[in-house]
Amino acid sequence: MALSEQEILAGVAELVNEETGLPVESVELDKSFTDDLDIDSLSMTSIVVQAEDRFSVTIPDEDTKNLKTVRDVVNYIQQAQG
Amino acid sequence: MSLRSSSGSEHTRLMGVGAFRPERVVTNEEVCRHIDSSDEWIRQRTGIESRRWADAATSVVDMSLGASIEAVAAAGLAPADIDTVIVATVTHDYQTPSAAAMLTDRLGATPAAAWDVSAGCAGFCHALAQAADAVRAGTSRHVLVVGADKITDYTDLTDRATAFLFADGAGAVVVGPSDTPGIGPTVWGSDGGQWQAIRNKASWPSVREAMLAAAGDPEHEPLEWPALTQEGQQVFRWAVWQMAPVAQKAIDAAGVTADDLAAFVPHQANARIIDAMVKQLKLPEHVHVAKDIRTAGNTSAASVPLAMHRVLADGEARSGDLALLIGYGAGLAYAAQVVVLP
Repeated sequence: MALSEQEILAGVAELVNEETGLPVESVELDKSFTDDLDIDSLSMTSIVVQAEDRFSVTIPDEDTKNLKTVRDVVNYIQQAQG
Repeated sequence: MSLRSSSGSEHTRLMGVGAFRPERVVTNEEVCRHIDSSDEWIRQRTGIESRRWADAATSVVDMSLGASIEAVAAAGLAPADIDTVIVATVTHDYQTPSAAAMLTDRLGATPAAAWDVSAGCAGFCHALAQAADAVRAGTSRHVLVVGADKITDYTDLTDRATAFLFADGAGAVVVGPSDTPGIGPTVWGSDGGQWQAIRNKASWPSVREAMLAAAGDPEHEPLEWPALTQEGQQVFRWAVWQMAPVAQKAIDAAGVTADDLAAFVPHQANARIIDAMVKQLKLPEHVHVAKDIRTAGNTSAASVPLAMHRVLADGEARSGDLALLIGYGAGLAYAAQVVVLP
């Protein structure tokens, strides 16, 4: 069964926390990875690869470049889950 | 009538290691004269504090010679004892002849067999596999294996993605026969579908075409040097999540476990890649992780033997200890093996 937006957000927040140490509650839908969370491209790649594993989706590098906010990632995973 | 086959030593080992590091230390501040970046940014994203660049007069062959003299002496041999010379490089001054042939002459190892290996940053581990196989097959007895690159010849100092990464150097080992296994089986392969991830910006024929087009045309735009370029995120993803399993296969193929290792000596591409690989591999705390990149930068094919040399010089691991080596880079090519340190 497809996960809800909140469930995906919680999972993404955990991955961000594991990668960067940022508290999970700081990972909000409208936060920008680079401007608000100060996450660089390599950390972003780590988070994306872990997300692929966790949510059983595929997120190619060319799509990762367009994932600017937490909401972008959550929406992408939601859609990829079908 | 039937042909005879050769056969050599059942086992092989590393007999000695040597290093050549160019004199000139280049700080992050100096790199930032050409790009909009900072010491802190570079340290955080790459782990590099400084690197060494060779001067214009120093070639891949010059650097290889420095490392080779030390490696041959450390092996307790004379240059005349070397019967095969393999140089892993992608920055030799000449398309042909090989750096290995010129090195063999300079070292005084003529008429040793000599050739170069082109496998980017994985070149040294490929050449090491060839050397061990040649000694086991009996085609060679003492093989000099060099990893050498002057990547700064192909670095765009204004490229924010790569200018701070690359550096110059050479490392060498001698491979010879052994009573016990000293070089584990090599696990290697490539993914040519991703060849564009690390490459020169243009092919040589296209550079020639541009030269001809520009000749006699004062309005022509300045020619662009085919510097190295890489897709950082693509390489990062491949290096960490594809290469950690390769490293694990090399451990398994050697019939040991991570607990048996004293050191992990991966290609020094980026400290972040190394840290992520260590996490994926779940290496025990006692395994020393080589971080020569801090003061050496990414020296391409030279990085594994240079880092191995540093690990031994600093006493982080000793002769007789086990080290896991892995090279990965342009191609995308990779090779890994567990070795007994010389």
